[in-house]
This record gives sequence, structure tokens and C-alpha cells, in this order.
Amino acid sequence: MSTTDTADRAEDGELRPERPGPAEPRPSGGRVTEEGGVLNVFAHSFLVLWTVMAAAPLLWIAVSAFKTSAEVLSDPFGFPSGLHWANFANAWAEANIGRYALNSLIILSGSLTGTMLLGSMAAYVIARYTFRGNRALHLLFIGGLMFPIFLALVPLFFMLQNLGLLNTRPGLILVYIAYSLPFTIFFLTAFFRTLPSGVHEAAIVDGASHTRTFWQIMMPMAKPGLISIGIFNFLGQWNQFVLPRVLNVGSRDDYVLPQGLAALMVQMGYEGDWGALYAGLTIAMLPVLVVYVTFQRQVQAGLTAGALK
Amino acid sequence: MPTRRLVLAFFLPPSLTPDAVKYDRRYRALDKYRFVAWFTLLPLAFYLLLVAWPFVQAFYYSMTDWSGYGTEFNFIGIDNYVRLWNDSQFWEATRNSLFLLVFAPVITLALGLFFAYMLNAGGRHRRNETVSGVFGSKFYKIVYFFPQVLSVAIIAVIWARAFSPRSGVVNPLLENVGLGALTQNDWLGKYGLWVTLLVLCWSFVGFYVVLFSASMGSIPKEIYEASLLDGANRSTTFFRITFPLTWDAIRTGWIYMGIQALDAFAIVSIMIPRQGIDVLPTFLYLKAFRDGQAAYATAVGVVLFVITLTFALLMMRVGRRDRIEF
Repeated sequence: MSTTDTADRAEDGELRPERPGPAEPRPSGGRVTEEGGVLNVFAHSFLVLWTVMAAAPLLWIAVSAFKTSAEVLSDPFGFPSGLHWANFANAWAEANIGRYALNSLIILSGSLTGTMLLGSMAAYVIARYTFRGNRALHLLFIGGLMFPIFLALVPLFFMLQNLGLLNTRPGLILVYIAYSLPFTIFFLTAFFRTLPSGVHEAAIVDGASHTRTFWQIMMPMAKPGLISIGIFNFLGQWNQFVLPRVLNVGSRDDYVLPQGLAALMVQMGYEGDWGALYAGLTIAMLPVLVVYVTFQRQVQAGLTAGALK
Repeated sequence: MPTRRLVLAFFLPPSLTPDAVKYDRRYRALDKYRFVAWFTLLPLAFYLLLVAWPFVQAFYYSMTDWSGYGTEFNFIGIDNYVRLWNDSQFWEATRNSLFLLVFAPVITLALGLFFAYMLNAGGRHRRNETVSGVFGSKFYKIVYFFPQVLSVAIIAVIWARAFSPRSGVVNPLLENVGLGALTQNDWLGKYGLWVTLLVLCWSFVGFYVVLFSASMGSIPKEIYEASLLDGANRSTTFFRITFPLTWDAIRTGWIYMGIQALDAFAIVSIMIPRQGIDVLPTFLYLKAFRDGQAAYATAVGVVLFVITLTFALLMMRVGRRDRIEF
């Protein structure tokens, strides 16, 4: 290795003083490279295999969405003979996918705003203020993470019924907010604690009120954390199935998207119109996947944020 | 300054607080506590009413004979639990849930760890790198993560269709690769538990690949370099360095996956036909909202809670070791 520059040689000399002559770039480099090559092929084949596993079911649905019902039954594995767009029209109009998506959006606009607002308020106070009962309050909120939601389902159902909030949008919004609070507060408290205290103190010294400090100083500083937990809550609430399944069972027109798709499968099972179901699934999957691929770094960070803390 | 005015100021926003109060030497403390109280009031009210109170109620309801209709019920002590003990359907649901609790985390985490290690250290050695990720590792992570961003309802519908005996893809696929003998007429009815396990693992592997990748990425390269100089091969490197240093993430992930496995409500209730299997959450749902046995269902909920708690505490105790700082 005659091209080794001085820095490299100095390093080599340090490692193996007994061999001052021309040397390989690193100890036993040849063996490692060989092993690396074999492993590389091995690694890649498994990685490709799982790529197929992860993506193929989704692709199958998207491709099948263009098939006629006869094709779905006769050749589930093959390609459609032509682009059968009617499925999408059916899914949108008759199967109400658009309506379910709108319901989900309306509920989320309320619940996500509420979750972020109330969550950051409580987390900020717990993280930055000392008062009697601070620790107890923190534990009380975090404690909610330990209980399976199924334990509360029955009492919650009858409580909403008594309050007249069962099968209503406000009811679902309130429940979404309440059940998102424990994790949101857990996450944001940890985040607010990592922010430097100097800026906060400076604002107070300059005469800013507590509220103003919160809105104009601390919230902008907490933006990365708010984005992470915002994505987490958005996907969690958008994909929520258990709560609407129990608390939103009135009219079928009020279903949220996941509920609507589950109901659509049952309905299409009777009607035999699988093409419309596949089209409906495609319509439901596509926007989420497009947004995810666009913001994949933030989304991955947001969804795994909790486990890393 | 009378204290009464200070108390009154507690309920006023700062801008409406009289100046006389503002110049009181106790005002600073009042201002702080006022802020704390106002900011925690609403979140706390939501949480106590809709989360904490139902949980407390659940324990009480589980000791009554309430059907869910009407308001009359009697306190019957542990009768519901005795009934659960003798209910074979309940035991079957418990067995299924425990099966998922044991196998779903093991399989999912093993696959996640394997793929994450391949992505981060499976690459060809380049000259100046001790460990290198494979080419296209970012692409793999994006695709693996797909199931995580989709609603579990969508996932359940997709797999229910894939396992359909006539119009699904699983049977034709088996025939195409020469395993035609394995095809089934009733996948979801006969092998519902295995299909549920498969779908659970399938949907979470990507999450753990991303999680473990982040954790592995934070291990300093010097440690790998040192081990390589000492002649460690890849498997040694994995078991002696990568695994111990990602242990914290693995343990947290294990608990999280266990909780997911104990849920499985959407997958089972959407995918599995009625004569198929039950898990604890679906059993609870049917008892409460189909059979009109609200109190009995909450007893199931309490059992589910005890299992979750035992599992979490066990994992935290078993897996505890000194945290390695780097």
C-alpha cells in the first residue's frame, strides 16, 4: 500500500510497531472485507424479502382496486384486465368513504387542538413550576398510561350516555382528548424540562406575565417536541378504532374512517363487490402514505419518540 | 391589605387585577399559584372525569350484578370473579391473549433487532468505516414503517381479504410455490390465533426496526473500532456490544409490544369470523355490549389490568441492569 499517507502510517505504526513495512489499511482487513461481502448479500436478501412482505399486501389492494368483481373472484393474484375506475366512484359515492373521512377530519380538528393545548399547558406547569403536589400531579397523569383502555370502556360508555354525549361528535372529541393526555403530558413534561431556564427567567425579569412567557417564549422553543407529539396524536386519533367502535355506534353516517372501512368489509361481503372495498381501502391508505413518505423523518421520530424517552 | 381581596384576585386574570393587590408583597406568590391553578384546571378536570373516574368505577362495578340497562344493581362481592373462574369461554380468551403476550413480542423484537442490525452494520466495509449500513437503508426503513402509519382497521381488513379462501392471495401463493397441500378452506376460523399473531408481528416489525436503528446509531463508533481491533467478528460484535448497548430500548419495546399483544381488539374483531377465537378485549366487548352483562365485563377488564400490570412489573424487574452511559 504505497499510497498510504503519513497520517495513516503513523496510525499503523502505533498499532503494530513490529511491522514497519507496507501494510494493509487496517488489521486483517482482507478477512473482514470478505466476510462483509458474504454478509452483505445475505443481509440484502433478507431485507428485500421483508420489503416485499411489508409492501406487497398494500400493493395487492391497490392493484385489485382496478379489477371487476368477476376478476377479483376468478383471479385474485393476477393483474386487472383494464383500469376499472368505477370501483373508486362506487367507494366514494355509495360506500360513503368521503363522508367517513370528513367525520374523522371534523373530530380530529377538535380533538387534536384540544389535546395539544391542554397537554402542553399541564406539562409546562408540571415541568417548570415548583408547588405543593407537583409530583403527585405528574404521577396522577402518567398513571393513566398503566391502565388498559378496556378497563374503562364500560363505565365510560354509561357515563357518556348519562351526559347525553354518546354517539355525538363532542363526546368523541372530549374522550379523545382525555385519553391522549397522559402520554402527551408525559412526553412534553420531559421535553419542557430540557429547555434552558435562562430565557424563561429573563422574560420574567423583563416583566412578562406567566401566560405571556408560556405563549411567546416557551411554546416556540418547544416546537420540535410539539411537532413530534402532534404527529403521534394525529395518527393515533386518526387511526383510533376501539373508542369509536364503542362510543360512536349511532347512525352509520356518523362513523369515522376506520369504523367505516370495517363496516364496508361486512357490507361488501354480502354484496360481493370486493372491488369497491379495495378502492375504498386505497382511498383511505393513499393520503396517509403520501404524507408519511413526504415527512418520513418527522413521522418516524414522532411515533418512536415515546419509547426512546 | 385585606386577605379577602387577594383571594378575589386569585380568580381574576392579571390584567383585571387591581393595582392595590399588585403592590402587595404576597402578590408574586399569588400570581404564580393563580397561573398554576388556571393552567392545570381544565386538563385535570378532563382527565379526572373521563379517565380516572371510569377506572375507579370499573373496580366497583366489577363487584355488582349490573346488566347495563337501568340503574338498579346489587353489590355481590367477588361472585363475578368466581363466575369467571368457571367460565370456559373466559379461559379460552385468556389463553389466547397469553399466547399472543408471549410470542408476539419475542418474534417481533427478534425480527426488528435482526433487520436493524443488518441495516446499521450489515454493509460492505469501506476503508475508513468500522461499521457501515447497507446501501439503501433509508429506503428499507421507510417501507418497513408503512404498516405503522395505517389504521389497524385497514390492516385487519387487508389481511382478512388476503386470507380469504376463495378470493384471497394466501392460498394461490402457497399453490404457486408448490405448497398446495397447505392451503386451507377456513384460515381465519381454524387458525385465527396464528393469523392474528402474524398480523400483529407484521404490523410492528417496522416500528422496532426504526426504534432499534436509532438506538444503534447512537452507539459510538469507537467501541466498534476497539472490538474490531481485538479481532471480534460480526456475531461477537452483535452479542457483546450492540445487544447490551441497545438493551434499554429492547426492554421498553418489549413492554410496549406486550401491551399491544394484549390489545389485538381491532384485528380480532374485524378479521376473525364470529365462530373463531376470542381474546380478552373482544370477550369483554361481547359481554358488555352484546350480552348485556356490564358488570361481568368490567370484571374481565380488571383481570386484563392485572395481567398487564404483572407483565410490566415482571419485565421491569427481570430486565433491570446498570444503565451504560456513553
